[in-house]
Amino acid sequence: MIGRLVAALARLVAGGYVNWRQPPSTEPCVYFANHTSHLDFVLLWSYLPPELRRRTRPVAARDYWERGPLRRYLSTRIFRALLIDRSGPDARAAVDRMAEGLAEGDSLILFPEGTRGSGEGIAPFKAGLYHLCAAHPGLELVPVSMENLNRVLPKGEFIPVPMVSRVIFGEALSLRDGEPKEEFLARAREAVEMLRGEES
Amino acid sequence: MIDDRELLWLFGGVAVTLVLATAVGQALRLSVAGPGARDTIANVNARIGAWWLMSAAFLVATLTGGVGSVILFALVSVLALREFVTLSPTSRADHRALAWAFFVVIPLQYALVGVQWYGLFSIMIPVYAFLLLATRMVLAGETERFLERAATVQWGLMACVYCVSYAPALLLLDIDGYDASTGKLLLFLVVVVQASDVLQFVWGKLLGRRRIAPTISPNKTWEGFAGGVACATLLGTGLWWATPFNPWQAAAMSLLIALAGFAGGLVMSAIKRDRGVKDYGGLLPGHGGVLDRIDSLLFAAPIFFHVTRFFF
Repeated sequence: MIGRLVAALARLVAGGYVNWRQPPSTEPCVYFANHTSHLDFVLLWSYLPPELRRRTRPVAARDYWERGPLRRYLSTRIFRALLIDRSGPDARAAVDRMAEGLAEGDSLILFPEGTRGSGEGIAPFKAGLYHLCAAHPGLELVPVSMENLNRVLPKGEFIPVPMVSRVIFGEALSLRDGEPKEEFLARAREAVEMLRGEES
Repeated sequence: MIDDRELLWLFGGVAVTLVLATAVGQALRLSVAGPGARDTIANVNARIGAWWLMSAAFLVATLTGGVGSVILFALVSVLALREFVTLSPTSRADHRALAWAFFVVIPLQYALVGVQWYGLFSIMIPVYAFLLLATRMVLAGETERFLERAATVQWGLMACVYCVSYAPALLLLDIDGYDASTGKLLLFLVVVVQASDVLQFVWGKLLGRRRIAPTISPNKTWEGFAGGVACATLLGTGLWWATPFNPWQAAAMSLLIALAGFAGGLVMSAIKRDRGVKDYGGLLPGHGGVLDRIDSLLFAAPIFFHVTRFFF
């Protein structure tokens, strides 16, 4: 109920053009997108069909989402966020937690840049995406491009300005047999970049 | 419920027109061949769909009295300004000023309509928001393209909020021997504006030869303009019984509304051209720009309000 309300609100403030290049998969998968705003995952999540939304968990930074009662309520109760420690040296543990989430049948929303950018370009992807795929053979990754969210709620601001955004869910990809880490990460990043440049 | 017989007639007329329009639109869709014609029909059908939605929203607003209209148009302002700002060259430094525009200026403006404070309602944006938002923007410390950015925000507020808020403000007009609070004047305005829009489109498609402003809006022709404005004026004249006007006055008002609506459509088109898009919805297919639907209302509402207020 509250989840639906939050989703409707997110679309009212930041919604706009959305396009699925292939129908959403019902199998657990990973949605990965460029990251410019705290609203990114809320909007992405709000675009998922409600039955998939309930089974999709954003991977988010613990230090941000555990601060304050409202954020904690939203992240644990509404989004069921999979909170990970950004500061800790133990990247392995984060990947393990994500793999557990997938094993429980949930999909994940992931921002492989690791941090929010200015919206100009997409930063190189962190290796976590690769390790997750290596730990979970056959895992499908859905690239998602998100535009204009950096203007709705840029870094450092706390009040969103309503604006029309453009979100495109691309065709799923997965780790090829024996594909080197750098090559795979570059390919994944390019998949998002291609969607951004494309005409609708 | 609606106990005003004239209002009932107005809504009945709108409903019958929409049913007929829908039937014709669907029949055309099935019978017309050729990609160009098909696009035109798809455009018309999209408009008809939007009208159903608008009429339903309108009915609900009317049933809930003045409050419903105020909330409805406040929401329209939010959606319109949202599209306007999306296409505007605002910078990161304008974020706070824009937040003020959305979360302070819009609620305040419509609250003033709601409490019927005409004196402040009519100057709040042109005086206070105009000056304070520029001040807020300058405090952000970014001087690059300052005038352009400030002007954009102010234009957005004037067009999408100030002008739109005149539509529900019609309900608070104090006219001798006429109860404006039922929303009949508002409905009259919207019917004439929309009719003028669509009739110009239809006449333009049928007879249009000479373009009025080819660089701005290639679809607008003198033939369409004359036919549309004339027909909308006739229609408005025929609705005199729902207004405080006699038939001649209703004709003059309808003509004024149609002309102002035409000007609004042209100006908003020029803004779109400047930003390099064909229409606010076209930037985002499937989104259906709110601003595309209300561009003619923007100019017609304040002028209709003030002329009515002055003469009646």
